[in-house]
Amino acid sequence: MGFFWTIVVLVIALGISWRYLGSYMAAVFEGRVHFLAWAERPVYKALGTDPEQEQTWKRYAGSLVIFSAVSILITYVILRVQGHLFLNPQHQVSVGPALSWNTAASFVTNTNWQNYGGESTMSYFSQMGALTVQQFVSPAVGIAVAIALVRGFSRRKSATIGNFWVDITRCMLYILLPAAFLAGIIFVGQGAVQTLAGTVTVHDSLNGVTQTIPRGPVGFMEAIKQLGTNGGGFMNVNSAHPFENPTGFTNWLSIFLLLVIPFALTYTFGKMVGSIRHGAALLAAMVIIFGVWVGFSSYAEHQGNPAVAVAGIHQTTGNTEGKEVRFGDTSSALFGVSSTNTSTGSADASYDSFTPIGGFGLLTGMMLGEVTPGGTGSGLYTILIYAVIAVFIGGLMIGRTPEYLGKKIQAKEVKLAGLGALVMPMIVLILTAIAVSIHAGRAGPLNAGPHGFTEILYGLTSQGNNNGSAFGGLTGNTTFYNVVGGIDMLIGRFAIMIPALALAGSLAAKGVVPESLGTFRTDNGMFVGLVIGVIIIIGGLTFFPAISLGPIVEQLSHGKFF
Amino acid sequence: MLAHVRRSVILAVIVLVFFGFVYPLVGTGVAQLLFKHQANGSITANGSTLIGQNWTSPKFFHGRPDDAGPYAANPKATPPASGGDNPLVANGVSGESSATSLGPRSKVLLANTRQLVAYWHRLGVNPTPDLVTTSGSGLDPDIAPQDAYVQIPMVSQATGIAPPRLRSLIASQVHPAQLGFLGSDYVVVLQLNEALARLR
Repeated sequence: MGFFWTIVVLVIALGISWRYLGSYMAAVFEGRVHFLAWAERPVYKALGTDPEQEQTWKRYAGSLVIFSAVSILITYVILRVQGHLFLNPQHQVSVGPALSWNTAASFVTNTNWQNYGGESTMSYFSQMGALTVQQFVSPAVGIAVAIALVRGFSRRKSATIGNFWVDITRCMLYILLPAAFLAGIIFVGQGAVQTLAGTVTVHDSLNGVTQTIPRGPVGFMEAIKQLGTNGGGFMNVNSAHPFENPTGFTNWLSIFLLLVIPFALTYTFGKMVGSIRHGAALLAAMVIIFGVWVGFSSYAEHQGNPAVAVAGIHQTTGNTEGKEVRFGDTSSALFGVSSTNTSTGSADASYDSFTPIGGFGLLTGMMLGEVTPGGTGSGLYTILIYAVIAVFIGGLMIGRTPEYLGKKIQAKEVKLAGLGALVMPMIVLILTAIAVSIHAGRAGPLNAGPHGFTEILYGLTSQGNNNGSAFGGLTGNTTFYNVVGGIDMLIGRFAIMIPALALAGSLAAKGVVPESLGTFRTDNGMFVGLVIGVIIIIGGLTFFPAISLGPIVEQLSHGKFF
Repeated sequence: MLAHVRRSVILAVIVLVFFGFVYPLVGTGVAQLLFKHQANGSITANGSTLIGQNWTSPKFFHGRPDDAGPYAANPKATPPASGGDNPLVANGVSGESSATSLGPRSKVLLANTRQLVAYWHRLGVNPTPDLVTTSGSGLDPDIAPQDAYVQIPMVSQATGIAPPRLRSLIASQVHPAQLGFLGSDYVVVLQLNEALARLR
């Protein structure tokens, strides 16, 4: 019953945000919001950019790639020298080269894959100056690309798609900062720690126990970690740690924060192209898939753990292995599905210990390309890529030149969309094949049998989709996994972003074809079904063989332990 | 190209200063001003109410077995030596908060669960699922009310307090789900044991 109301309140809160945050974000990117202009204008002055001057898609992409490269370099250097910097009360040593590379690539690409335990590896300087910074920057970059692609649809015969510097500055300043700051206060009020004072030692006179407890500036990092669909926590166990996620309410708030921007961006899209119905159609495709995934995954987690059943314990509270008492089974499953259907990757439970079908829900949520609703920005531009493919297929079926929002979808657009849709499955499957073929890859998993294979597949899927969640049993802090994972994340990010920007440029340059009776409708139930079909077929067909060797075999192995 | 690099470096420095320092430091200031107790770790007389401890005496209610049975630092000793109640040693993993990461069809998980069932039976407790599985953090401070009720025979025998008094003690310590529906009902083991100590 509690779970029912959790969902009801979540749907209401997200529905209101969809409408109002969605239209607010449109106003921000159309330059109609100015209340922080006193902070915004000096930034443009320092950058030497004229906010009125726009860029072609090539210059936009160039700014984005170079800015990301500089961000990776700075993050890498901070981690490499953290032992010599201030704000290091726990005296953490500097991070090694392979792990620094992986972590820098991870936070700049909005992945937040973590091959380290936060409280035992990172200084406060690194957590704040390297990691929290990228938790603001990387979602802004993702949203900027999504907005650029939306402009491709909304503009006519335009050579430019916006100004990258202005888009990310406005996104960080007007959207991420105020929301994160407010949420940070709530997290701390509920019990998240926020201090620079280092560890605390306590003594319990009842049982004679003495504990030294790591602390840190956690609460405000937690807020942007969820809001920006980042997912990289201060502590090793992420949102399962009571200092990150202290109560049932913060658990709900986390789920809300990580879903709110990706869903609301569909309204922003509808508003900017002048047809809310088109935004609502994409929202419907997202919500239907997301709802099905929440349904079967929480049902699976409510069924209990096979090992506990065989050990003779009657279970009425679901699968409790790796879950926190204060959240319970179904809320943990909801958190997991929300986190993997966006590009967040935070975890309030041990995903490795989920039931086979619960784990299947998390893994396939990422494999569908993270479009339901996907990451901040990346969800919208990826589902727009799928929508272009759906329009193309629909056009083939009825024998007309396909159009989306009056823009003719021709060979060039379909090629770019196809590239954007196929890069991720290719890189994930090729790297998984390499990892299971060599010793360094097979040395990774903790669990035996199909679950061990799933750990490898999950790790490379998570990084290739810029998710960042993990089946924690995989020992990822090795040279092989650090180096390969870094490549996986960069390709999974930029090999989709750049085709998306090229698509934006190509579409913006086109004129609009007037709508006629023969135009294939792209704002009705038929189109929603077509988009869902494209998402499921691309994810399902490419990954089905791999999934059947992992969670499906595991589920079908009744009574067998590995 | 050069203009891109120059702008990238300048913006990187601006965000480093603003989001790397101003944001978390102002946040720390506000947090310390408004919520000093929470921001510093919810520390009470006998420890943090948010960080689990290892309770080994039958005179107290025990938490989840994150640091007991097969996950103890020295599981061969009788009773198994505790993992040290160190938040940086959890579920037998040294160095950080940690879950076991054992899959649902793991032979190791099955063997460990059987050991934990036997561990509780030796203490005279008929365990619930929470008491034979480990948490996500490795330092779960809470148990469900039912997890406390099943420990009444053990605590009653060791302390001589009658079971009905222990039942009402547990009932008085239950934190209901927030707003009635967010999360689950739970008992903070430390608070329950502090109340138990006052009863003696």
